[in-house]
Amino acid sequence: MQPFTTLTAIVAPLEEADIDTDIIYPARFLTITEKKGLGRYAFHDRRYDGQGREVAGFVLNRDPWRHAGILVAGPNFGCGSSREQAPWAILDLGIRCIIAPSFGEIFRGNCYRNGMLPVTVGEADHAALLSDAGAGASLDVDLNARTITRPDGSTIAIPIEDGKRDALLNGWDEVMGILNLYAGTIDRYEQDRRARLPWLNR
Amino acid sequence: MPSTLYDKLWNSHVVAQEEGGISLLYIDRAMLHEVSSPQAFAALREKGLKVRNTGAFLAVADHSIPTRHRDRPIADPQARAQVELLARNAHDFGIDMIGLDDPRQGIVHVTGPEQGFTLPGLTLVCGDSHTATHGAFGTLAFGIGSGECESVLATQVLRLTKAKTLRVTVHGDLPPGVGAKDIILAVVGKLGSNGAIGHAIEYTGHAIRALSMEGRMTLCNMSIEAGSRTGLVAPDEVTFAWLKGRPLAPQGADWDDAVAYWRTLPSDAGAVFDREIEIDATKLVPQVSWGTSPDQVADVTGRVPDPAGAGDAEMAAKMAKALSYMGLTPGMAVRDIVIGHVFIGSCTNGRIEDLRIAARILKDRRVAVGVQALVVPGSKAVKSQAEAEGLDAIFRAAGFDWREPGCSLCVAMNDDRLPPDARCASTSNRNFEGRQGQGARTHLMGPAMAAASAIAGHIADPRDYLGEA
Repeated sequence: MQPFTTLTAIVAPLEEADIDTDIIYPARFLTITEKKGLGRYAFHDRRYDGQGREVAGFVLNRDPWRHAGILVAGPNFGCGSSREQAPWAILDLGIRCIIAPSFGEIFRGNCYRNGMLPVTVGEADHAALLSDAGAGASLDVDLNARTITRPDGSTIAIPIEDGKRDALLNGWDEVMGILNLYAGTIDRYEQDRRARLPWLNR
Repeated sequence: MPSTLYDKLWNSHVVAQEEGGISLLYIDRAMLHEVSSPQAFAALREKGLKVRNTGAFLAVADHSIPTRHRDRPIADPQARAQVELLARNAHDFGIDMIGLDDPRQGIVHVTGPEQGFTLPGLTLVCGDSHTATHGAFGTLAFGIGSGECESVLATQVLRLTKAKTLRVTVHGDLPPGVGAKDIILAVVGKLGSNGAIGHAIEYTGHAIRALSMEGRMTLCNMSIEAGSRTGLVAPDEVTFAWLKGRPLAPQGADWDDAVAYWRTLPSDAGAVFDREIEIDATKLVPQVSWGTSPDQVADVTGRVPDPAGAGDAEMAAKMAKALSYMGLTPGMAVRDIVIGHVFIGSCTNGRIEDLRIAARILKDRRVAVGVQALVVPGSKAVKSQAEAEGLDAIFRAAGFDWREPGCSLCVAMNDDRLPPDARCASTSNRNFEGRQGQGARTHLMGPAMAAASAIAGHIADPRDYLGEA
């Protein structure tokens, strides 16, 4: 996993509520079994019309947001299906940080595992960031310092658990990390559970 | 201190506790399907890892498979490759795979419970957001991404933060013609699409206790539509009776030991929940969605709402956007919404009781002229049972297509897909834009209303078709 430390990038506004993972990655592309190169399907039915032409009004088709590395989204971003193709596709577009008042939980968890930073912010900060985004501004995201710095120099805190932050900062592989730290602990838990509930594995 | 069902399930699965509130949670079982597992297996291969506990997994293809011509190879080459890849991965890693010709085949959330793979007191995950379905058994079940599938395959644990608890109490008896789908649509409407984020829901109260297991599965299934990964119903005699004798359920003395353990699981008297909501079942009327988010629901006897009456500007914008996509006018009667398609099926409403209630309405009736109607049983077992009861003949005589089991028009990954602007009365779980096909419009409802609407050609109140119970 690519570490996430700092990111300075253009921020795109997508303030609509309940952008679900079907909008982010339509189901008809789910038969693809690769996880790389999915950016062309990201927001597909918003970005392209029935003939495959770009929809001029969609924010990610417009300059400067076409080059955005950060997204300020509306409430409940990434709700719906658990498909990890949604964060993979967004990542492939070059967007590594998403800021929203709330997230679909499975989507949020999927972001962390792909070196992406989901940031939950309060109403006032959200409004301020949307206004920055609308003006075509860039933001400085510093995960070490747990801050987002706005163009006017003011900062917004990034709420994140220590464990998730460490994993992102270091680009740790979740599975290898667990195996290295806990293999024996898991063995002991399993033995104990089987002894307590012998009917479970017969 | 009194504990909730969720507390008991969670605490009994904590392998280790890390700083900052993150737990390493043991996962007893997982179901795998063709869409969310390939990347997980690819990662195992890349890292040279094995599956830690092969017996903990059950694989079945459901999302991208066709519901017709199952005697032939899958026509879509990409879907065929995806299904073949699942079989190859299961074979190479030593996991039980239910093939398309296996009598156990079905949608993961229908097949798992049928086989007794789903049991109370366990943790169960699947790379599918409707995994909360299994919570109907008092199983701590939730949807995960592909990366988390990889973790479970290789380590049998997930790093998770414990949720808060939300108790949904449904008092009283459901009126005739009102079912589990109406309860959950009303709950999602009340909580909002993001109202239960970070919460594990426990459904309780007289109306919930009175539900069959099929109804409880319908209920828990749509918890994610309110933002919650987990919906639970405490196991009771209904649960035990349903599970007894299932192929993978404990047998003999083991069964008695298991039931004794399961009886300790329900929330203790006096257990405190972080949040509570209450619903009066006696006042519920059949529910139907009018918008593009599952919380946009109305009484079937009601009207399409007006954004002008919304509580705030954000809500008004969401409503206006939905009305525009759905091609509806504020204030119009819900029953005046004309439909051209009907879909009965999915992990929400593809079980035998769903087919029974729909068939009861459709018996000796015909779908309206111009309506295309489809019934897709949730599993082969459901299909066989329905055929043994003669339900297939009723559906066929009414003008429905009778198909092979799969996710079908709930996710529209196969060739069951609606054209732009098509409007569907659907027993599925999501009315998102494009969910049933690009530009297609979905109205969520229970199977009774779907059957009634098929006959009427517009959204219809099932109570008008059920007669005296």
